[in-house]
Amino acid sequence: MTTVPTAIDEPPAASERRFWRPPGFVRFVLRRLAALVLLTLGITAVAFVLTQLVPSNAVATNLGEQAAGDPAAVQAFKHHYGLDRPLPVRYAIYLDHLVHGDLGQSSLTHDAVTHDLGQFIPATGELALYSVLFAAIVGIGFGTVAALRRNRPTDHLLRVASLAGISMPTFWIALVALYVGFFKLGWFPGAERLDPGVSPPPSVTGLYTIDALIAGKFSLFVQALHHLILPALVLAAFNVSLLTRFTRSAVLEVIGNDYVRAARAKGLPERVVVVRYILRAALPSVITVLGLVFANVLTGAVLVEKIFSWPGIGQYAYEAAVNLDVPAIAGVSIFVAVVYVTINFIVDVLYGVIDPRIRIT
Amino acid sequence: MSVLAVESLRVKLPIPGGDVTIVDGVDYDVQPGEVFGIAGESGSGKTISMLALLGLLPEHSTVEGTALFAGKELIGMPRRELRDIAGRDLAMVFQDPFTSLHPMLTVGRQLSEHVRRHLHLDRHAAEERAVELLEDVRIPDPRAALRAYPHHFSGGMRQRIAIAIALACRPKLLIADEPTTALDVTVQAGILRLLDRLRREQDLAVILITHDLGVLSSIADRVSVFYAGRVVESGARGDVLQHPRHPYTRALLDALPHPEAAKERPLVAIGGSPPTPGHIPSGCSFHTRCTHAVDSCRVDVPELRAVSDRRLACPVDPFSA
Ligand SMILES: Nc1ncnc2c1ncn2[C@@H]1O[C@H](COP(=O)(O)OP(=O)(O)OP(=O)(O)O)[C@@H](O)[C@H]1O
Ligand SMILES: [Mg+2]
Repeated sequence: MTTVPTAIDEPPAASERRFWRPPGFVRFVLRRLAALVLLTLGITAVAFVLTQLVPSNAVATNLGEQAAGDPAAVQAFKHHYGLDRPLPVRYAIYLDHLVHGDLGQSSLTHDAVTHDLGQFIPATGELALYSVLFAAIVGIGFGTVAALRRNRPTDHLLRVASLAGISMPTFWIALVALYVGFFKLGWFPGAERLDPGVSPPPSVTGLYTIDALIAGKFSLFVQALHHLILPALVLAAFNVSLLTRFTRSAVLEVIGNDYVRAARAKGLPERVVVVRYILRAALPSVITVLGLVFANVLTGAVLVEKIFSWPGIGQYAYEAAVNLDVPAIAGVSIFVAVVYVTINFIVDVLYGVIDPRIRIT
Repeated sequence: MSVLAVESLRVKLPIPGGDVTIVDGVDYDVQPGEVFGIAGESGSGKTISMLALLGLLPEHSTVEGTALFAGKELIGMPRRELRDIAGRDLAMVFQDPFTSLHPMLTVGRQLSEHVRRHLHLDRHAAEERAVELLEDVRIPDPRAALRAYPHHFSGGMRQRIAIAIALACRPKLLIADEPTTALDVTVQAGILRLLDRLRREQDLAVILITHDLGVLSSIADRVSVFYAGRVVESGARGDVLQHPRHPYTRALLDALPHPEAAKERPLVAIGGSPPTPGHIPSGCSFHTRCTHAVDSCRVDVPELRAVSDRRLACPVDPFSA
């Protein structure tokens, strides 16, 4: 009769004793951070080139017709702003200004671009925050429920709903929401961050809801929230659908895994199995989409802010683009790009936090 | 009294276009402290018949029959009641240690979460228990291992961890579903030795599933041979493996590399391939591959009958002593 192979010694063989390396999480984060810095530098280069593409305008707009016709005056102007220097030097000057928070002056508002950005970013930030928060909670929730109830009525209903949300263009949803929610029903205000004539809470974060709470003005908080609901929901609609669909498929991919079965075999309650075992494993894919959702919200803000007269960066960008306000365009570009890069960085780090296998690569 | 007594277990799984019978009337019982071996080719329903006991089958599966575990009927038991038995008195180790551990949870968490739940231990006590368990299964540096993740370990180590998880609440019965199939041969031997020691130390009954009869010959006390969702032969290890009487058991043994008999007997592969669910031949499901089949084998489903020292489902019985 056969027996098991002979070299049986109970302690594991040396070849089996491969062990782990120290967690390199700090190294992982630093590497991603370095990538972040490099990317940001690249972005400034692009923004710089953008400002250089329209150099003659700078002379014309700044000097006036008379002086622009005088070569000596033009020469003096260019020298003063370093425009006669070689490109790398000009880039260095540009970077130096940037580091000191100087993005030039908007030809439209005649204010420093950084001042304008500081004015408009919080409005967009607040809108985006609520929108993403809503999309994340509802989308991930819907997607999970759809996966757990796959091929049952709930799943079918959610599939139809998310398909509708993905196929309807945002401008259409915005107009319908405005028409129904504001014009027909009058349930929601149709424009601005607060009712006309109401002054905002003392600025701490620039987010009215939070500042109102800090100032202890609850009614102001409610009003700010009331103004946020419609535009935030409109911005979220597409993203809820996106997250529902991606979460559903991510959960379905995980749900049949052996470790889920093993968790049930251990007698763990269903809630623990779903949250700790299934959602945990589905999270990396969901987070990727969440990064995308952030980007979507920023892009969508241009349109939604225009429709809801929301005084945010989207409107500012729109006006800058229409009026060829080059410093403003460059400023907005840098801001948006930095936001994107930062989101990517956060997503990368979150991968590492969630999935230990990524940290060592 | 047996730890587990399974009778007429029948499992149907839903497939597109209807149900398909995977396990078709299986009987066996497991005694305290013994290693009960279940052998059979891939697809014979070994895993499914075990998942049925733990209520882990896919949705819309149907299970019939009885499975008495420590006096309680497992089949049809409500999930919440089953949850108190699963992982505590009845534990399972899965086939592939590369997929049966959650890749994003620490070994410590996976080792202690059910211990805390089932045995109501606090965090500290559960951690001490976890260290003890890892020592038991010979993981070097158990305390560091608690904070490590499964991917830090080799396959053999992972299976040791999976065994530690299964044994954490001192179960009465451990179902080990091909615990060595995914591992190197040398590592396999270590795992089997480990199981053998643990069951002696802890008075644990083990159901050891495998498609390798060689594995059973070293540690099983009794053996059941599955074919296409049925038991074709069962009895004491020595009887079944040294003097097989069912043509299928014999064919399985002949297909095994035989160190002692290598010179006299060539390796014989079993002709044909195992039937797929939904296309099980009539009569004796093995008759299409059996060299001893007679006409009645194509018609009559052979019953598993007690014959002298064993139970056998072959009326032809070509190898009777
Ligand atoms: N979810 C499922 N739906 C339909 N059929 C299934 C499902 N899971 C398994 N089967 C079928 O059931 C049969 C028995 O599967 P099972 O996993 O029990 O085999 P096994 O004896 O454990 O084989 P192995 O040695 O490969 O693990 C196989 O033919 C398989 O195709
Ligand atoms: Mg199996």
